[in-house]
Formats: sequence, C-alpha cells, structure tokens
Amino acid sequence: MAKNGVGARAKRKEDERFLLGQGQYIGDLRFPRMRDVAFVRSPVAHARLKGVVIPDHLRESVFTARDLAGVRPIKAVSPLPGFQISEQPPLVTDKIRQVGELVAICVADTRAQAEDIAAQVLLDYEELPAVVDMHEAREPGSALVHDTVKGNVYVSVGFDGDIDTVAAVAPVKVTRELRTARQVMSPIECRGFIAQWDARLGQLIVHGATQFPHVVRTGLADVLGVPEIQIRVVSPDVGGGFGYKAILAGEEVCLSWLAMRVGYPVRWLEDRREMLVANANCREHFYAITAYADKAGKILAIDAEAAVDTGAYSAYPFTAAIEASQVSAILPGPYDIPVYRCNTAAVATNKAPQLPYRGVARPGVCFAMELMIDAIAREIGREPHEVRAANLVRPEQMPYDNVTDKHFDSGDYPQLLRMAIDAIDVNGVRARQQRGPENGRLIGLGMAFFSEQTGHGTTADGKRRVLYEQCFARLTPDGRLEVRAGIQSIGQGLETTLAQVASECLGIDIEDVQVKLGDTELSPYSSGAWGSRGMIWAGGATARACKELAARVAHMGAALLQTDIESVTVRDNAVYGPNGNVSLRDIARAYYLAPNELPGDTDPHGLEVTGGFSPTRVTGMHSGSAHACIVAVDPETGGVEILDYVVAEDAGTLVNPMIVEGQIWGGAAQGIGSALFEEMPFDRQGQPLASTLADYLLPGCPEVPNIRIFHMETPSPYTEFGIKGVGEGGAIGPGAAVANAINDALKAYGVEICEIPITPRRILQAMQSVAMSKGPAMTGGEPARMPRTTP
Amino acid sequence: MKPVAFDYERPGSLDEATRLLAEGGSMAKAVAGSQSLGPMLNLRLAQPDLLVDITAISELRTVTERPDLIEIGACVTHADIEDGRIPDATRGLLAFVAGHIAYRAVRNRGTVGGSLAHADPAADWVSAFPLLGAEVVTQSSRGARTIPAETLMVSSFVTGLEHDELIRAVRLPRLSARARWGYVRFNHKAGEFPHAIGGIIHDPENGRFRAVLGAIESAPIVVADAAILFGGPYDRDIEKRLDERAVLDLLDARGVQDDYNRRLTLVALRRAAAQASRA
Repeated sequence: MAKNGVGARAKRKEDERFLLGQGQYIGDLRFPRMRDVAFVRSPVAHARLKGVVIPDHLRESVFTARDLAGVRPIKAVSPLPGFQISEQPPLVTDKIRQVGELVAICVADTRAQAEDIAAQVLLDYEELPAVVDMHEAREPGSALVHDTVKGNVYVSVGFDGDIDTVAAVAPVKVTRELRTARQVMSPIECRGFIAQWDARLGQLIVHGATQFPHVVRTGLADVLGVPEIQIRVVSPDVGGGFGYKAILAGEEVCLSWLAMRVGYPVRWLEDRREMLVANANCREHFYAITAYADKAGKILAIDAEAAVDTGAYSAYPFTAAIEASQVSAILPGPYDIPVYRCNTAAVATNKAPQLPYRGVARPGVCFAMELMIDAIAREIGREPHEVRAANLVRPEQMPYDNVTDKHFDSGDYPQLLRMAIDAIDVNGVRARQQRGPENGRLIGLGMAFFSEQTGHGTTADGKRRVLYEQCFARLTPDGRLEVRAGIQSIGQGLETTLAQVASECLGIDIEDVQVKLGDTELSPYSSGAWGSRGMIWAGGATARACKELAARVAHMGAALLQTDIESVTVRDNAVYGPNGNVSLRDIARAYYLAPNELPGDTDPHGLEVTGGFSPTRVTGMHSGSAHACIVAVDPETGGVEILDYVVAEDAGTLVNPMIVEGQIWGGAAQGIGSALFEEMPFDRQGQPLASTLADYLLPGCPEVPNIRIFHMETPSPYTEFGIKGVGEGGAIGPGAAVANAINDALKAYGVEICEIPITPRRILQAMQSVAMSKGPAMTGGEPARMPRTTP
Repeated sequence: MKPVAFDYERPGSLDEATRLLAEGGSMAKAVAGSQSLGPMLNLRLAQPDLLVDITAISELRTVTERPDLIEIGACVTHADIEDGRIPDATRGLLAFVAGHIAYRAVRNRGTVGGSLAHADPAADWVSAFPLLGAEVVTQSSRGARTIPAETLMVSSFVTGLEHDELIRAVRLPRLSARARWGYVRFNHKAGEFPHAIGGIIHDPENGRFRAVLGAIESAPIVVADAAILFGGPYDRDIEKRLDERAVLDLLDARGVQDDYNRRLTLVALRRAAAQASRA
C-alpha cells in the first residue's frame, strides 16, 4: 500500500474533478422552476430612506423591508466590555448606511430581467453627511452611523503598560504613523445562494457558497425564526473563501425568506461589481507607534494607538470587535517585549462592513511592527535582521506567555530567521547593492517575521469559545471508509488531508477513503473553516474517530484471526496477527454481511464512530514564519519588481507538505496584492471608486515571483501529530517584507514609505517630497487627525 | 450585471452592415471582438437596441499589400498581428505594440478597428497608428472616406465617426529598412491599460521623424516633426537631447496636470528614444 499518511506529498484527491471542469459550484446548480434575484441597492452612503416607489405592474416581483416584517435584524454582539451594539436589517428599514446596501428584492426568470425590474424601482431618500474617514468619524460633532454607537466607536480594546518609566530612560525612541489600505477580498467565485422550500420535509434548503454551513444554519434560524431542524444548508464546491464566505449577510436572509414566501427556488449570484462596491471590504488600519529601545536595538517598550475602519455594520458572527481586538492583542508579534501599551478603536463609518480576510488583523499588525523593526535598525545603524534576532522569543523560553498573555506553544524563531537569511543571502544582496543600481534600478532587501496564533478555540475577544470538533467515520460493508465532517473545503484540500489522517490512524489507503463535507444534514456540527483551524480541529477529530475505529477493527480482526487483541496491529488495509492477516474488507464484510463469523460479544457500536477533539490547550497553536525578498525599484517610474522571495515557515507537523506549499504560495500572492496593488478608494461622499477589476488591481501571474519555501517542523504539544495551522500565514508577511525592501532600496534617497499598497505613484510622490524638502521624509499619506487618548 | 435585452444581427456584407446601422439610428451599435463593448454592455453603460456583429464580413479581415503601404482590415485581431499572421511592414513595431495589449485572451478577440472606434485614451492603437502616420478608411451608406489616424479620435471615448459609419481598414505607410522606432508604455501590472505611452519613429528614407505622447486622458499628442522635442533632427543618442520643457509645454497645452502622469510621460518618451537609438 502506498504510504499516504501524515507527512506524505499525496496528490489531491479532489483535483481530478476540478481539473476536468467537473467541480460543482453554486452557479452550476439547477433546480426546476428556479428564478433569479437582483437587488435594488443604495446609490448613496448615508441617507434617510423615505420611500421605495414600485411601478404598479411590478408589485408582484419586488419586495421591501415592509414585506419582511417578522424577520429579525442580523445582530453580531461581542461580549467585550463596552461593546456598543448595532443592528443590520436585511433590507434597509429607515436608514441607509453604505453604498450598495440592500433596499429591495427583485425576482424574475433571469438575472437580466430582474435587473430590468430593479432599474425601475425608485428610491426616495434624504442624504445625510457621510462618515468616510475613520479619524474624522471620532471627532466631536461627526454624524453618527448608528445612534446606538456613541462616538462612532463600536469598541476600544487596550493594554496599559507603564510606558512613562521606560520612556524616561530609553536611549532610542522611534515614532511612525502607518497605514494599510482598504481592500476587497477577491475569491474567483463571488458569493451566491439558492434557497427553496421542500414541502415534503417541511424544510428550507439553502445551497450556498459558504465556509461554514452549520453557522449559516444557526444564523438563519435565528433571524428567520425557523427551527434549525427545518433548515438544511448545503455548501457545494467553493471557489475560494478567505473569510468572505464566513459571514451571514442580508442576501441569504432575503433569499431564504423569499423562498418560503413564493414557494419556488430562488437564486442570487453575486457579481464582481456587487462584491467590490458593496460587500467584501477588509484590512483598513491606522497605527501611530513609538518604540523605545536600547542602543543595540532591544525593544524596551511599545506604545501604540491604532484604529480599524470597521465600516457600517458589525458582521455576523465575528462582530465589529474582531479586527480591533486582534490588533491590540497581537501587535507585539514574535518578540519578547517587556512593556506594552496599545489602544485600538473599531470605528464605524459609512463603508461596507470590514470582514475578516485571510490573516484577519495579522497582515496589518505584521506590517506595522516589522516596519518599526526596520526603523529602529535604521536609527541605530544595524542590520534589520540583527534587531529582529535581538528581540525574538528564544526557543528555551517556550512555551512562552507574552506581554498580552498570548501563549506560544513551541518553536525556534531564531533558527527560522537564520533559514530566511541564508536563503535570501543577505550578505550577497548587500554586496550587490554596493555595486550600485542595476540598469538604473535600485536593489532592496526586506524581511518580515511573525508568530501566528492558529486554530484558536477562543475567538479574538477571548470569550466566545469553540471547544470541540467532531468527525463521523464509517467503514462501509465493502471495507472502504467514509469520513463526514462539518467543516468545509474552500480550496485547501481537506478531501485529501483528512483522508491522509484517516490513513495514518486506520492503515487504510487514501484511495479507499472518501471525505464528505459541507452539508448540515450529513455531518456533525462545526464552526467551519476559519482561523487556520481545519487540520488542527477537523484533522484531530478525524484522528480520534479513526483511532477508535482502528481499535474496534483490531478486536474483530483478532477474533477472526483467532488470536488475542494484544498481538495484532492495524496497518496496510488489514489487521495483522502473528500468523496471518485479515483485510479491512473482510472484517467489514463479516460485521455487516456475515455477523455469525464474529463472536457474540462483538461491540454493537459497530464500524461507525463520531470522534471528537479539542487541543490540550485552546489558546491557539503558534506557527512562525520569516519572509524575505529582494526588489528592484525604478526610481524614474516607481515600478517595483520582486526579484526573489523566500518563506521559511514552521507550521508544526505537516500533513501534506505539497498542499502547505500551495497554501503559502496562494497566501503570499494575496499579500503581494496588499503590498503593491490592492486599494479601494472612496470619495468624500463615501462612494467606492474601484467598481471593476480594471480599477481594483489584483496581482496576476507576471506580478507574483517564484516563491521559494523552506519548512521547519516543530510539533505543537497540544494537537494530534503536532499539527499547527498554516492556511493564512502566506498572506501575512508580504506587506511588511516588500515595504521594507522598497524602503531599503530607497534608503539613499532618504525615503521611507509607511503605507501600503506602495504604488508607483506613491513612490514618485515620496521621492519628490523628499527632493523638495531636501531632507528625509516619511509618508503615511495625510497627517493623522486621530486624537491621542490614554488607553 | 447582465446586459439589457437587444437584437442581434450578423450581416455578411459591408453594405448590409451599414444599412442596419443607418436604420437602427443611435440605438444601433457595431460590435467586433466585444472586448470593450462587452464589459460596457454588462455594466449597462451601453444599452443598445441592436448589435450589428461585423465579424462575418470577410473583407474586414483582409490584408492588402502595396509597395508603399499595407492596408489591414478592421477585424484583424491584436493576436493576428502579434503572431505575425499580418506581414510586417513596420519593422516589428506593430507586433511589438500588439503583444503588449491587455492579456492574450483579450488579444485573441479584440480588433484594431474596435479599439480605434472605442477610443479609450489609454489604448495602444490610438497612439501607435497616429505615430506611424496611418490613415483610417471608413464606410457608411453614404460612401467611403479616408481620415488621418491622428484626427479620428476627438477626445476620450469620442471619435469623428458617424453613428452608422464603420471603420473598414487601417492604411499604414511602410517603414524603410533603415527606419528606427521606440515605443514604451508603463502600467502598474501586466494587462492593465498603460498610464503613459511614449513613441518615436525615424525613417531616413523619407525624413519622417515623429513622436507620440499617449494615455493622457484625451486624444494622444502626435508630433509630426519630433525635432522640436529633441532640439534638432534625429541623431545618435537622441534620448540625451530630450527637451523636457518642450514636452511639458505640450502637456500643459493639453491640460495634463497630474504630476505623476507628466513625469511618467517624460520617462516613456526618453526611453522610447533610447530604444530607437539601440535598434
């Protein structure tokens, strides 16, 4: 039997159908009598809705908030102290709070016809001053996005260390303001749902592109007031999620309600414009940070004030608190920082709600902290990697509880850093830089290091706990294994990796394993695919179920071999005794079809098991990663080319290194988007200005270099096999690494850019502002207007 | 989004196409590769009653060679040119330009005539054809006419074409064996429309020395005598003689105020000159 257990570079089982174009996405599904929905969306960011004018001949085809009476608003409430609660009605009732907000449902035979109807629905509204800038939003006298959210701050999360004592004596003080742009998550497949009422089962059946069908079911039950047993959510193949499909939003609520009202299946497929303009916002952060250090670069204290432009609503289920609370909690990064003060505000604005995107707050936090490290290095004249090494948590400190009480379970960060230094050849790059520009282009070297809390059982606010995950495993009468899990695959290869775990525990070939996901009717409850938790939790549950199955199989095998249980092993598709073996197929056949061959005391629980798992500690497994890159910057055009990019990653025990590499490549490509390309600008009225992919630039193949990956495997002490999470990591480092590299290249010009994306325009503007002032300058866009407050 | 409902015709002859367009009035639109009109239909920025698909008209795909020029049909695709299916009359300039337009999928369908008629200021052909001193042959039910490429485009997305007037072909004067050219476009990522275009050609056989400054949010600036930009006639190391003030004056006159675009345009033209020098 091929060894395809934990650690094997097994080819992905799901790829045959994907490569043959036989995947089945939400847009591929057809149901009899199905009709299409288009929404009337708000053209303005902030307004009082006075009326919706529907032409008489369209009254049967258009539905507004008035029709949805009885449907509850979506409410995502963080248990953090001081969290100000707001509500998100599925359709606007009285107040519009963002461009693209849902105002009416239009249904027709085709999407084009539904759009024809939508174009004839007129909105009567009175515009209000739009709250567009997260700093102005907090100024006294600003318009309020929600009457219930005082000061336009959903919540502030802080840590309060004694900075003043350190500040009085620290020899080095470095202050920067840093910004990350508002981005739009861009899975190839947008969101989409089909809802229908099954009269026979008395059940609402919702097919949707979602990362967590069980959570959608719970959420729909809550807002619709329908018992959960009367709702089934099925997620078919999903064309990328990245967090955008880990929400419950107005569209699926409206669709579900409509299906129950009209009795025929209704479908909404989001288009790219809806996604860009109205929905998939993420990432916009601001930081004002002062680092205090000694002359060798050892950080003595970090003092930070941060803000997250959280947008118009508290998104379900992760709330308006997730991003801001993570910023405060993880800004210290992988470093041993003794004194820390940070306050982060989640600010309400009239923009689409900010949603958790791959890495959630970590890419912004890593960008901010890693630019500070380079700034310290510049200040004291050391190599940035030396400053990193001086501050990293050391392996002998593991497990380590940091200044914000994050528990680092294991890892050797200095060694990871050395791997990246060697791979990118720091000395070689420095020598290359000494030789001067190459074809007029300036060479720069940049690094980033981060520690990533993965698979945490508690959400970022520390209160909402996930303490379990289950998996159902059944040996079928023909001796094959079906594995059913409530988690969903959004491209990360779970149909293969869970089979590998099963193979490792039950000795079964992965060709004989089928992993079935994504259907609330067929799987145990799961909080779904988010937080780099899949392999840790669902992998752990699969291991537990298959180990239990292996024990039962061993008992039956021993009986069939007429030997004792202590003398058998389960491996290679069979149970082996001292004098022969019996295959899994024969055992299954005996159990199901010829039970008389088994002894009378055979365990009646049979060959199906629901296994459960929780890590020994639920505070998260910490993966570590060092990114390093070389860039060439054209000082005349501001053009940037990434010449080399390396990632050294420790994600614990790797179940399938090939799949991990794919995850890192994809994540890093998205991080390069954050670093160089992706930005959703808004005008002063809150209009999003990039409404197609001609304006919202995503990196393509020519922009993503060959990323070289180096693995280190430090098993986590708290999980099955020592697995840690890795799905998000690739996206976290590039913003920082690429920005540091560009700033390194531009060092001779005295230019330091502290905001991403670093576009050609920003580079030329920064160089020009330095040239005009004849002195070093930092650019983080406009000066901050955010008032400094004591946390 | 999906387009509004429209009628669709695919005539086999120019006469029939121009007749359909004349009958359809302003609510009829011609379509060839659909790489610009398609997205506009989907965004409902264009809501025609009738689309007249001109890709079945064989004469629009023909290429005619003459001693002094080459005439390429309006429905020739960018990929036809990139791949060398069109004879090279411009010492590689056309294929070079074609190969940098958008992505291969766009080049497979997008046509030279469609690009000229759409008149996106950042498109390549609206700069490259005037640089070459090309002429555009058009056809309507009132007959044919010939328009210098540099006057076809009036401003951003506006041409001098009548609503029922089709581009039939582009006539390109040949470059001699001694001619040199440079064409530089800057974009932020591959496949994106450029943010600046600089082009230059010099043909000692007939003394032509032309330049173009494109992607300036309006029709490109075509300089018929590029000596004014370089302080004199074409010579070796021409890029070192670029008169930045003269270029900026041209940009000023056209209201190009954005500093980034101005600087990028300067660099594009200087590098185009350097490319010509090295040729």
